[in-house]
Amino acid sequence: MKSRTIHVDYLARVEGEGALSVKIKDQQVTDVKLKIFEPPRFFEAFLRGRKFYEAPDITARICGICPIAYQMSACHAIEDACGIKITGPIRELRRLLYCGEWIESHALHVYLLHAPDFLGYEDAIRMAKDHPDEVKRGLRLKKAGNEIVRLLGGREIHPINVRVGGFYKVPEKRAFSELAEELKWARDAALETVRWVATFVFPEFERDYEFVALRHPDEYPFNEGRLVSNQGLDISVREYDQHFVEEHVAYSNALQSRLKERGPYFVGPQARYSLNFDKLSPVAQEAARSAGLGPVSRNPFQSIVVRSVELVYACDEALRIIEHFEMPDQPTASVEPRVSTGYGCTEAPRGILHHRYRLDDRGLIVDAKIVPPTSQNLKTIEGDLWQFVQTHLVIQKEKLQWQCEQAVRNYDPCISCATHFLKLHLERE
Amino acid sequence: MPLRKPKLAVWKFSSCDGCQLSLLDCEDELLAVADAVEIANFPEASRAVVKGPYDLSLVEGSITTPHDAERIHGIRRASNFLVTIGACATAGGIQALRNFKDVKEFTSIVYARPDYIETLKKSTPITDHVFVDFELRGCPINKYQLVEVLSAFLHGRKPNIPPHSVCMECKQRGTVCVMVAQGIPCLGPVTQMGCGALCPGYSRGCYGCFGPKETPNTTALSARWSEMGVGDRDLMRAFRGFNAYAEPFRRESEAHEK
Repeated sequence: MKSRTIHVDYLARVEGEGALSVKIKDQQVTDVKLKIFEPPRFFEAFLRGRKFYEAPDITARICGICPIAYQMSACHAIEDACGIKITGPIRELRRLLYCGEWIESHALHVYLLHAPDFLGYEDAIRMAKDHPDEVKRGLRLKKAGNEIVRLLGGREIHPINVRVGGFYKVPEKRAFSELAEELKWARDAALETVRWVATFVFPEFERDYEFVALRHPDEYPFNEGRLVSNQGLDISVREYDQHFVEEHVAYSNALQSRLKERGPYFVGPQARYSLNFDKLSPVAQEAARSAGLGPVSRNPFQSIVVRSVELVYACDEALRIIEHFEMPDQPTASVEPRVSTGYGCTEAPRGILHHRYRLDDRGLIVDAKIVPPTSQNLKTIEGDLWQFVQTHLVIQKEKLQWQCEQAVRNYDPCISCATHFLKLHLERE
Repeated sequence: MPLRKPKLAVWKFSSCDGCQLSLLDCEDELLAVADAVEIANFPEASRAVVKGPYDLSLVEGSITTPHDAERIHGIRRASNFLVTIGACATAGGIQALRNFKDVKEFTSIVYARPDYIETLKKSTPITDHVFVDFELRGCPINKYQLVEVLSAFLHGRKPNIPPHSVCMECKQRGTVCVMVAQGIPCLGPVTQMGCGALCPGYSRGCYGCFGPKETPNTTALSARWSEMGVGDRDLMRAFRGFNAYAEPFRRESEAHEK
């Protein structure tokens, strides 16, 4: 009997703290565990007793990489509870802000966290020695996204200008026009990014995933839409709890989500793309086609290409919004709390982020539920590893371990969100 | 500066990762910084790990588990200088809200199986556990202040991080006082500067991301807020934010918790 294990004690180039352990016995994978040892932070507990208007600032602190996503889901959920729907210029500005976060977060992942795997570097700084132009392009792209967040949000991490109902202050129109110049460069750089990552070598790997994402009749989804899947799910955001359940496993500080009826599912750029290809702008669709992507993308190692296509879209959409920008009469709508439960689900860079709040008559939060994208992908990542290791057992151990890490990084997991961090532990008995 | 490149390590405890991300957000400075130091441990950015000792360790996050309470001692021993970055590391962070409640109740609200979760009763700053050479405040930290701290330690000088109030920054920027002119409650008078007085610049009151300034008069500010019609519960919540467990803010929030 021959057995072995693969261990990664601290998974690098992900946000947060996690470990991975794979057990192999007689050439069969017998166990895969993605362990999240990021310490629990209890956000849902201490939101109880806070005022409804505090939710966006408090939940932003769940994640330093995608605070906008938390602010957007929180605002939409609270507004839903209060019976308010934001339209017009403020709605557009929220999309613009989200474009900024997608650009910043995707550029970070594509260039600094994921590309080094494909080119065989420990990190982007070492990669920069041989590929300085690419790394500089990535940093400038990231900066272009951050410029949007800084203008509209006040700062890149934990922006201060978002509030339930809208914004504290809307910057002058002139400031947006100044952004446009750099965004035109960014769109070209994003197209260049798609061409670059399309030349990478991708392991042959596909599974029949259930993709879940928002879908909106008129646009590629950020803040609104119905929750749909490629296996028949089509529900309103308010019906989330009837279809999804979170489970607590002994080895992890993160809860794992599954669809009640069918089990694990897949959220994030590839799910969004595969369910909304027709809503991408023409330039983004064309970029995808020329990179050899079809309207559905099932190889998770190609997520880097899809993420790059979304970079193109986000730059394109930001430019469209700036071009048609109108100053709102008021920076915010007035929101009066009432006894109610509200639901919000938006497309964080890593996939759908679900919030639910119950408010009392004083506007206090009495109950909160937050389901981040990474905890929704955890079971799917484990499933990928089962199949990937089983079909790649011949690979030498060190390389297999690196590829397992890469397979996890395909999902750009944010363990700070799902609680936080990744180690790989590959065990062969 | 020594002839060999100084070794920089970045460590994470309970946090959102935002403060260490500030280093990667230095898009214009990152490659220069990477050129000046050897990045010896920075898991968010690299899978390569170089053994200690380290010339400078940046520590993000608060101590919330028995394992982490042990781990920080090893990091201190391996580090010539240890600098904590952000509200979690310097004050316990937002997760220190547990310190005012029973953590067992918190665990059962979030997790179906509380017995799987190992956690301490309190979330505490790094300085409660080991000697800290410098504390850089903020939720998140200001990346330019981070670059200043890095340069200072690498050149053997004291960082130039003023401990004055946010009011000073409003004056420097020429922002009209939101509390005086618009009647918006603001924590600026008791909060340390460093953010660039962002919130007042966006017509919003400061909410205390950078924690208490040196010698803050929280009682006087609370009295002013009360005159403006802010009730005790709201005052308690205002001081009980991202720096809730920093001593002056903790005492002030408890004074209004009845």
